[in-house]
Amino acid sequence: MANKFIKEVVNQQYPYGFVTAIDSDTIAPGLSEDVVRLISAKKHEPAFMLEWRLQAYRHWLTLTPPAWAHVRFNPINFQEIIYYSAPKLTETKKSLDEVDPKLLETYNKLGIPLHEQSRLAGVAVDAVFDSVSVATTFKKKLAEAGVIFCPFSEAVQKHPELIEQYLGTVVPYRDNFYAALNAAVFSDGSFVYIPKGVRCPMELSTYFRINTAKSGQFERTLIIAEEGSYVSYLEGCTAPMRDENQLHAAVVELIALERAQIKYSTVQNWYPGDEQGRGGIYNFVTKRGQCRGAYSKISWTQIETGSAITWKYPSVILQGDYSVGEFYSVALTNHYQQADTGTKMIHMGKHTKSTIISKGIAAGVGQNTYRGLVRMLPGAQYARNYTQCDSLLLSDTCGAHTFPYIEVKNPSARVEHEASTSKIGEDQLFYCRQRGLKTEDAINMIVNGFCKQVFKELPMEFAVEAQKLLEVSLEGSVG
Amino acid sequence: MLSIKNLHVSIQDEKLITKSILRGVNLDIKPGEVHAIMGPNGSGKSTLANVLAGREDYQINEGAVSFDHEDLLSLSPEERAAKGLFLAFQYPTEIPGVNNMYFLRTALNALRKQKNLPPLDAADFLSLAKAKMKEVGLDETFLSRGVNEGFSGGEKKRNEVLQMMILEPSFIILDETDSGLDIDSLQMVGRCVNSLRGANRRILIVTHYQRLLDYIQPDVVHVMANGKILKSGDKNLAHELEVKGYGWIESEITS
Repeated sequence: MANKFIKEVVNQQYPYGFVTAIDSDTIAPGLSEDVVRLISAKKHEPAFMLEWRLQAYRHWLTLTPPAWAHVRFNPINFQEIIYYSAPKLTETKKSLDEVDPKLLETYNKLGIPLHEQSRLAGVAVDAVFDSVSVATTFKKKLAEAGVIFCPFSEAVQKHPELIEQYLGTVVPYRDNFYAALNAAVFSDGSFVYIPKGVRCPMELSTYFRINTAKSGQFERTLIIAEEGSYVSYLEGCTAPMRDENQLHAAVVELIALERAQIKYSTVQNWYPGDEQGRGGIYNFVTKRGQCRGAYSKISWTQIETGSAITWKYPSVILQGDYSVGEFYSVALTNHYQQADTGTKMIHMGKHTKSTIISKGIAAGVGQNTYRGLVRMLPGAQYARNYTQCDSLLLSDTCGAHTFPYIEVKNPSARVEHEASTSKIGEDQLFYCRQRGLKTEDAINMIVNGFCKQVFKELPMEFAVEAQKLLEVSLEGSVG
Repeated sequence: MLSIKNLHVSIQDEKLITKSILRGVNLDIKPGEVHAIMGPNGSGKSTLANVLAGREDYQINEGAVSFDHEDLLSLSPEERAAKGLFLAFQYPTEIPGVNNMYFLRTALNALRKQKNLPPLDAADFLSLAKAKMKEVGLDETFLSRGVNEGFSGGEKKRNEVLQMMILEPSFIILDETDSGLDIDSLQMVGRCVNSLRGANRRILIVTHYQRLLDYIQPDVVHVMANGKILKSGDKNLAHELEVKGYGWIESEITS
């Protein structure tokens, strides 16, 4: 039966599961106020940062992990996690040539264009390895445009006033359990600042990699787009294959001022665990953007194929009048993967508009949940939302769930919601095969067609990558 | 030569009850011949078409099908397609988001690869497709739409005929392609099928009604009921059926 073929197609090896032997500066597992102080000290942070971290930590102590998501896992022991691990650096690097060649080799294996390739591709890359940012390419060209794109820790040193002004203003440490944890212990991430009226001359890109065993990765990204500016930012993630679960609790904050546009794309391919559900990354992430100015726009596009558990809701607060929020998502769960993902669109300003397109694909015994909130506040005159969420089931044992929440407090606001769930059609497969296509090609074609609305939102070169990634992730999993 | 010998096929329904559908079908189609199978609803016509194309929902209990000296039933649907078997579906399925032109070109190039022919590039394919679309009466905008996505019933059928015209298969099965078509469309189907008639091509037309046969003259007409071919004859048999209805054959056989 076709099911057997689908299974073969969906099961494939995770190609990024290697570990790099590299000398690391790692602190002992466990979390305490001292650990928070130590991280801050290692980063030579100004006093306001330490103070903020400590407040976050103390607040975190009062919280319990959220239990409302449609995911199941054993409780995490937060004392077993390593909160800081960095490739050992003997001295500060002046150029890429001085970066440990093993690290560069790792990035080459991952297909990340750090050297010349990146210049050709016109992509500026910030690479975060375990906890610290290793190298940021293209700094010069960006600097000429006045764009700041650097590791978060560097921004804390060089632009403390921007950090102090914006950090935690979109995702405060009080937001949720994992956001509080991140605020207390985050060790690096990316920082982007686009000055007024500047269109960032290239795609900005960050690759995240967890290397050290038992370590958690807590990165923090902050993007500020001043009036009338534009930036397109992409992040990618991978991790070695390990039997134990690893925690990734990131926070991303986006701020778009008047007429600014931020396009944020994610290709998330953390290690998903093996076919029996052993190991894999817990991807518990808080991402939120704020359209502060009128006519601003924030667009999230995510391709989520990795992680054992994904828990993330990239959201937009539509504060400025006529601002626009978008969320395009493809989430694939194969084997024992679980995803509870979606978005929140909070409409505050007049004539604000949001679009949500969510495509969930479940295979094996994967569980795929869409959870989305559309909130129209009293000031959201004539605000509009359109939501479409479709699920594609590739096996009889997987699950797709949809939890839309809609709150409308302004009578002139309009909300539309469409949802569909379908099983990958034996009819569709047979139709393709009757026309001479192999089952594998037919499945890829059908799944890609299903995701087309989202793929076309990705920057061109990444759309191709996403399509390939989906094919790889699907290999061997539909039943 | 296509040769079906004593074919017995059953299907399991949702309640897991096995239902026998084909009960000993015998049929030979020589290269160059056009055959029509007529019969009432539930007689097994469409099942036969789908079993020949390799649909996996059916259980084959007995019998054999050879196609150019090969055991057809042992081949996968895509292998059968590669050998030149083409089924124009009764209910063509929609594949949202998959570009119709991309789909057609992929299908054509998969078949060309089998024949050790170089793939057709996008430009060559486009001119071929445009010419064929004119013949089947489909607007060029259908190339950039999803496969059958949002097509009307008639447009879906035309798209099937378009695929047939582009792929130029050596064994064509039309599964009630005429149902739901207006006179103009019927004429188009007739024209297209007739244009493909040739010494090496076999055509099997599955239909309820005689009217498509006004445009395509079959060499042999078979009447099927209860999973068996009850009677075969020339095209006059189709007319006779139209006048007397299917009940006539069944009573003739039982009496």
